[in-house]
Amino acid sequence: MAKSHIELTINGKKVEALVEPRTLLIHFLREQQNLTGAHIGCDTGHCGACTVEMDDMSVKSCMTFAVQANGANITTIEGMANPDGTLSALQEGFRMMHGLQCGFCTPGMILRAHRLLRENPAPTEDEIRNGIAGNLCRCTGYVNIVKAIQYAAAKINGTPFQEAAE
Amino acid sequence: MNDQTKIDQDRAERTEKLQGMGCKRKRVEDVRFTQGKGSYVDDLKLPGMLFGDFVRSPHAHARIKSIDTSRAKALPGVVAVLTAADLKPLGLHYMPTLAGDVQAVLAEEKVLFQNQEVAFVIAEDRYIASDATELVDVEYEALPCIVDPFRSMDPDAPILREDIKDKMEGAHGPRKHPNHIFEWQIGDKEATDAVFANADVTIKEMLVDHRTHPSPLETCQSVASFDKVKGELTLWGTFQAPHVIRTVVSLISGLPEHKIHVIAPDIGGGFGNKVGAYAGYVCSVVGSIVLGVPVKWVEDRMENLSTTSFARDYHMTTELAATKDGKIQAMRVHVLADHGAFDACADPSKWPAGFMNICTGSYDIPTAHLAVDGVYTNKASGGVAYRCSFRVTEAVFAIERAVELLAQKLGMDAAELRIKNFIKPEQFPYQSALGWEYDSGDYHTAMKKAMDTIGYKELREEQGKKREAFKRGETRELMGIGISFFTEIVGAGPSKNCDILGIAMFDSAEIRIHPTGSVIARMGTKSQGQGHETTYAQIIATEIGIPADDIMIEEGNTDTAPYGLGTYGSRSTPVAGAATAVAARKIKAKAQMIAAHMLEVHEGDLEWDVDRFRVKGLPEKFKTMKEIAWAAYNAPPPNMEPGLEAVNYYEPPNMTYPFGAYFCVMDIDVDTGVAKTRRFYALDDCGTRINPMIIEGQVHGGLTEAFACAMGQEIRYDEHGNVMGASFMDFFLPTAVETPHWETDHTVTPSPHHPIGAKGVGESPHVGGVPCFSNAVNDAYAFLGAGHIQMPHDAWRLWQVGQKLGLHN
Repeated sequence: MAKSHIELTINGKKVEALVEPRTLLIHFLREQQNLTGAHIGCDTGHCGACTVEMDDMSVKSCMTFAVQANGANITTIEGMANPDGTLSALQEGFRMMHGLQCGFCTPGMILRAHRLLRENPAPTEDEIRNGIAGNLCRCTGYVNIVKAIQYAAAKINGTPFQEAAE
Repeated sequence: MNDQTKIDQDRAERTEKLQGMGCKRKRVEDVRFTQGKGSYVDDLKLPGMLFGDFVRSPHAHARIKSIDTSRAKALPGVVAVLTAADLKPLGLHYMPTLAGDVQAVLAEEKVLFQNQEVAFVIAEDRYIASDATELVDVEYEALPCIVDPFRSMDPDAPILREDIKDKMEGAHGPRKHPNHIFEWQIGDKEATDAVFANADVTIKEMLVDHRTHPSPLETCQSVASFDKVKGELTLWGTFQAPHVIRTVVSLISGLPEHKIHVIAPDIGGGFGNKVGAYAGYVCSVVGSIVLGVPVKWVEDRMENLSTTSFARDYHMTTELAATKDGKIQAMRVHVLADHGAFDACADPSKWPAGFMNICTGSYDIPTAHLAVDGVYTNKASGGVAYRCSFRVTEAVFAIERAVELLAQKLGMDAAELRIKNFIKPEQFPYQSALGWEYDSGDYHTAMKKAMDTIGYKELREEQGKKREAFKRGETRELMGIGISFFTEIVGAGPSKNCDILGIAMFDSAEIRIHPTGSVIARMGTKSQGQGHETTYAQIIATEIGIPADDIMIEEGNTDTAPYGLGTYGSRSTPVAGAATAVAARKIKAKAQMIAAHMLEVHEGDLEWDVDRFRVKGLPEKFKTMKEIAWAAYNAPPPNMEPGLEAVNYYEPPNMTYPFGAYFCVMDIDVDTGVAKTRRFYALDDCGTRINPMIIEGQVHGGLTEAFACAMGQEIRYDEHGNVMGASFMDFFLPTAVETPHWETDHTVTPSPHHPIGAKGVGESPHVGGVPCFSNAVNDAYAFLGAGHIQMPHDAWRLWQVGQKLGLHN
């Protein structure tokens, strides 16, 4: 199949590649770029495990062709840590609040939460729950994911985080 | 500060530094998972690796007239297409199941369920493989199919399994019909029937625990790499039980077991789905052996939901007999079990219905009888224990719905009826009528704590008022209070109860202390998100006084880990956790001898103090475990073997019996059928608590899966055997929006036979949660005379209940 030439930025790095027009962004990232952090959970856009950031939007990379990312600026979980290599506020929040178990949904969940906090720096619990409704988690029951995002929001905003009482 | 305070403080500081049992240690795993550095099967990329994909049957029951692979093989990039004809000469077109049946790897003459594997295409990339599946031409002759398990044994029912149609003696005794798999009976039938014949009050209800699927977020997948020169096979896969897979692969392939290296890397959830062996695993292995290059197989979601192991599908006629004042005298249950096309139950017990005979629950029921008939239908084969020990969710659902129905008939409060019939603390160890010895429990304390915390009395008063208001037409909302008091049976298991392919269900731990006092430990289990790398280290830290951060836990590599039976049925803590403690104690015993030698005292003059042995009465004379570790390699006592390591294979003397009291408050809009969970309170008693943070996380997750099962999740078939809704569009997985907020609580009743008193917890919330939700829904409608309402309780079905009751006029 004839291949298309694409140029894009992934985690701050310029990338050029040849892809088949039908290649999904998730396969391009995972198999051609060796960025295996984003996962495939459903192939139908429901689970959100493949969520990455594309030009300031959360996208499900299993529902996006690689050619659609031509010229785009992509951030994946591999680009989420602080520049000094330490965990970012969200990554730290997920660890501190036990917001993950098997870890399969986590990269997508963190990328989604990242966009949510950019758009709404101090979300309520309801806003968080609605904001991550496109990302499924089978392990945690979401309670601790909500807390993880609240933890990160507090840390980013420099406000005190108080774990909600049971 | 006096001396004793100083000593206590020093000890507390040293204890805290260990991050041992009982503390909320943050998870080791999360550092890699939060950075996208987990390593799951599909992340694996090997030079020259090919991709396999299945051609699947569109029919539920059909004869295969012909398979033509020529068009597929002609597609550039396609390397091979395997069919049953290729596997048959190798004896691999069928594989044994864990339940004593055989299962087709690739369909030979017939297909028996929709999406059954018919051919395996191997190509250079996954897109080409997928394209090529469309080019395999299969001619079918459709046959009449059986979807309703109650029709399976009709005299004129089509015979499904022609491969065993003349074999009327099955793996579990005689078969009554060619579509019959087994009949299993336990308990005293005659005595039970006699109690029922003379009982004051009886109830009888068909309780259906419907077909569903564990659907972990990562599907089943494998990569096989056969080295033709060495004759060695390396198999990476989503395996909850990697050693068992190695043995199975050896048995069916004929490769010697030592030349098979099975590796289960990070696993994206299992919930029972990844216990069994699947056609995809076998085909990737065969593909690699034939072609000499690695072959990867990755299921898509539709394949996962429609082929690899459903759960449940138990149709349970459940009866209780009681006195007028509510003392339960007997229980009688008959189950019709729909096993699909092959009996591929991932059942490690010696009985075809697993631990269904835990169905007398938390109650002192003196007489009981259980009979289970398993039948074949034209549905996907299985099933698996979805976040429970085998058939325990079904058993608990049966008894917990039944006691509610009995309470209703007696006009008694459902909590009061339970308390009246609880096994009393002094009755433990308790022998149940159906053959189990419950190790420990204090049900009354747990129930009281739960009722006080939730404010049970006030909730019933509120409900009474709301019901009156509903009758007066002042509200369209129904309030339901769900209760479940469950007793689980986990930690499979003693060899008298359990085995897999004849292998006893022990588990294992090997602990090695390095000269500098850091540790590597390996277990025969395999985490799929439970946090084993964190919690096993906590057990070892407490046992031998080395900080958990200096202990690395490794699982999933059969070359390095001692043989174990894997992780499911909440068995990791009860079995491998016990092995870990016992192995650590062996090390500690040797360390004591070394310390005695170092301190020039008798062993008996030493006492353990958090992280060191000290001389009794002379606390300033001590050797830390770190110092002892160095000495073990540097200057062990004369005549003592150097080194400091131990291995333990632990066979549990009994199962463990976690229990809990769950309460759910639900508000249902009768006009829309939308049910809202106002509160859900879960009190769990899992014995000794290793990491409360992880326990709470397990409870949250299990409750969410229970919520899903009870309130909407279902694998349904139409009358032609078409599987309905095998995608996340239709299959209900709750999002953060629908999922209720969970309240957790606990009591602690340690297991008397477990080295650290732990019982296991991962599945309790699922097992206890399903009946709690269903009871809440049923309780909401009970005063309107609704009778038993079957699960799942989605809005559409609840709207229908309202319709049937004439509530929508």
